[in-house]
Amino acid sequence: MSHGNTYTCSNNERIPLIDVPTLPTDSFLEEVSRIVQRGGRLAALFVQPFEGKNRLYAVALVGEEGGVMLTSCIVEESYPSLTRVCPQAHLFEREIAELWKVTPVGHPWLKPVRFSDSPIGIAEFFQVEGSDVHEVAVGPVHAGIIEPGHFRFNCVGEEVLHLEIALGYQFRGVEQALAGGPNPRTIHYMETLAGDTSVGHATAYSQIVESLAEVQISLRAMTLRSIALELERLANHTGDLGALAGDVGYSPVASHCGRIRGDFLNLTAMICGNRLGRGIARPGGVGYDLCDDDVSLMAEKLQRAREDVAVAIQLLWNSTSVVDRFEGTGVLDRNLCRELGVVGPAARAAGMERDVRLEYPSDVYRFAQIPVSCWHTGDVFARAYVRWLEICRSADFVQSLLTGIQKETARVQPGAMKANSLAVALVEGWRGEICHVACTDGEGRFRWYKVVDPSFHNWSGLAWAMRNQQISDFPLCNKSFNLSYCGHDL
Amino acid sequence: MSTIVLSSLHIVLPLLAAPLLPGIINRTKAILAGRRGQPVLQGYFDLLKLVRKGAVYSRTTTWLFRAGPIVNLVTIAMGLLLVPFGGSKALFGFDGDLILFAYLLGLGRFFVVAAALDTGSSFEGMGASREVTFSMLAEPTLFIGLFALSRLSGSMSLSGILYSTGVTGWSVGAPVLVSGAFFMIYLSENARIPVDDPATHLELTMIHEVMVLDHGGPDFALVSYGAALKLWLLGMLLVGVFSPNLAEAPLWFREGYALLGMFVLSVGVGVVESLMARVRLLKVPQLLIGAGALSVLAVILVLE
Repeated sequence: MSHGNTYTCSNNERIPLIDVPTLPTDSFLEEVSRIVQRGGRLAALFVQPFEGKNRLYAVALVGEEGGVMLTSCIVEESYPSLTRVCPQAHLFEREIAELWKVTPVGHPWLKPVRFSDSPIGIAEFFQVEGSDVHEVAVGPVHAGIIEPGHFRFNCVGEEVLHLEIALGYQFRGVEQALAGGPNPRTIHYMETLAGDTSVGHATAYSQIVESLAEVQISLRAMTLRSIALELERLANHTGDLGALAGDVGYSPVASHCGRIRGDFLNLTAMICGNRLGRGIARPGGVGYDLCDDDVSLMAEKLQRAREDVAVAIQLLWNSTSVVDRFEGTGVLDRNLCRELGVVGPAARAAGMERDVRLEYPSDVYRFAQIPVSCWHTGDVFARAYVRWLEICRSADFVQSLLTGIQKETARVQPGAMKANSLAVALVEGWRGEICHVACTDGEGRFRWYKVVDPSFHNWSGLAWAMRNQQISDFPLCNKSFNLSYCGHDL
Repeated sequence: MSTIVLSSLHIVLPLLAAPLLPGIINRTKAILAGRRGQPVLQGYFDLLKLVRKGAVYSRTTTWLFRAGPIVNLVTIAMGLLLVPFGGSKALFGFDGDLILFAYLLGLGRFFVVAAALDTGSSFEGMGASREVTFSMLAEPTLFIGLFALSRLSGSMSLSGILYSTGVTGWSVGAPVLVSGAFFMIYLSENARIPVDDPATHLELTMIHEVMVLDHGGPDFALVSYGAALKLWLLGMLLVGVFSPNLAEAPLWFREGYALLGMFVLSVGVGVVESLMARVRLLKVPQLLIGAGALSVLAVILVLE
């Protein structure tokens, strides 16, 4: 439905491209900043070519009633930067400047987000001056087996004044490779956008194709997809809590959680034979079905894992030395979360009820609600506690889905996608809101495909949470966000 | 058996058996965490592996960098000459040797810190600054505790102070307090939880480990061996403080008491590491000052 400046749609709805309003640049910027000031947030801001020109799109979310708002404008070589009035546009505008050479004039820190066309590792860094200030550079090669990223701290003694995070070492041009699809490779790109969010991204992609083809999938398929999504959440949250315990040197919980994470991964493997959930979500439904025996076996195993994880995590909360380390460390308050557009458990830990499953439900979440888990302190403890609450809720939710699972076909053929259409798919991955936006050309193939991983929103949240903190607390803070490098780099 | 031979054996034993201690600690931690854990002899395997490797030296480093692990190991080994084991006299003992003991450790630390600074790495610089800050707080605790015990035993030599506390001494309560304070120092000086985490790979949180990040191969073998030896050396000190007067006891009892003491201490460290998390770096001084307060209290008790 279009009224004037924006087109309001719902999650997973096909929109004729022609219906997306094209505003003059001034009113576009005015409209977007008005939405953000009213409490909305930017799910995506990007440039794509349109009839030989650069077209700037904004996908904004305004909460339960507002739906998904789309608007656009045509830009030339430059336009006045949005970041000045809307800090959450910061990284999006840097990306636009890098990929499309469109300059957001007045942007405070316009450096490339990735190393897409510059030598890898060469970048400028924000510097704090003063006699007692020292810089600590960490990465891109780390002591642990993790992904590459560079962290530049400006410190006075042990206190961090400013942290700048430079990523992009894993830029591999996924969005560029998706244009012209779908082809047999597309689904594999999706499942490896961020390896620990295979189900999340593959579900978002499946929903994009289903929306653009206007096909209705079966209830059983929706249920299985959501079960896999929640199992992914269970496994990762459990692993994160264990890793948080490990980072403060509390080894019993670290090793128990490591094992229980494996139990959840094995549950995923019961559906599709892959512990990371590859092969489950497919356009039109799911790639693998569960037989009745497996349904009851899975319920039983899930119950056991849930009891185990409860014991391990109680050990964590009962240990005062652990709670003391978690509390008050890396506080990211509600206002900062809103300004920066933080999503997922990090936002919910600051008391924001931000959850796509509730606000923009798709698949099974449209009729089976899962309560939003929040905490108010915004520190490492809150991010850990929200994860624990979500483990409880997700396990119960999967249990209820397993008992009510319908007997019907698990996959339908989606058919061809409609030409010249656009769709937005929002999925609450374990890390937060996954946003895919795709547009088809005249033949019903992808004209372009835009992916926003939750990490893209949250990395700046981590940088801000470190201000005035001890540099020795950085690993703990970092783990409490546990963001994806490759999901950001794409 | 002559005392010289026995005292010499007390030097050879740690040199051979020290790498067992980290093995016992790790095994305890593994069992308490529900894991099987690495072999108790893993320390020896690691040393064997490391000495067969080559070493890489950064072009910015000088002889100081190579001297660090060697001087550290030598000073710790010299410390073994001064600390008695199981009630027998140490190989060398004289009035005031406790000061030599403390500053031998200080000399070793100075060279480890200098080697860390020699690399010019910001991590190692941070680690060095943390290390000296915390050891500066640990040193007075050591001296005040030893002063209390020296007052109690009337001796100024480690050989006279340790394993000498009789029933009257224990009834004063000072040895208990000093044992508590020295256990804190034991954990802090050996880079154990709650002060430091020897198992972490997170360079920004490390204290001791980050200073030796650039050492590899045989140099790192010296570092690891030195760390194991330090566990033994300070363990000997702690077991000696927390002991009845063994002067009249038979040899087998004295030796058994000391060996069992070392074992219980290692298991105790493993238990502490399993029961609690590392404290925030800012709170480490509070722990060490708390240990210092225990020592001061011991002195007050001894002064009547």
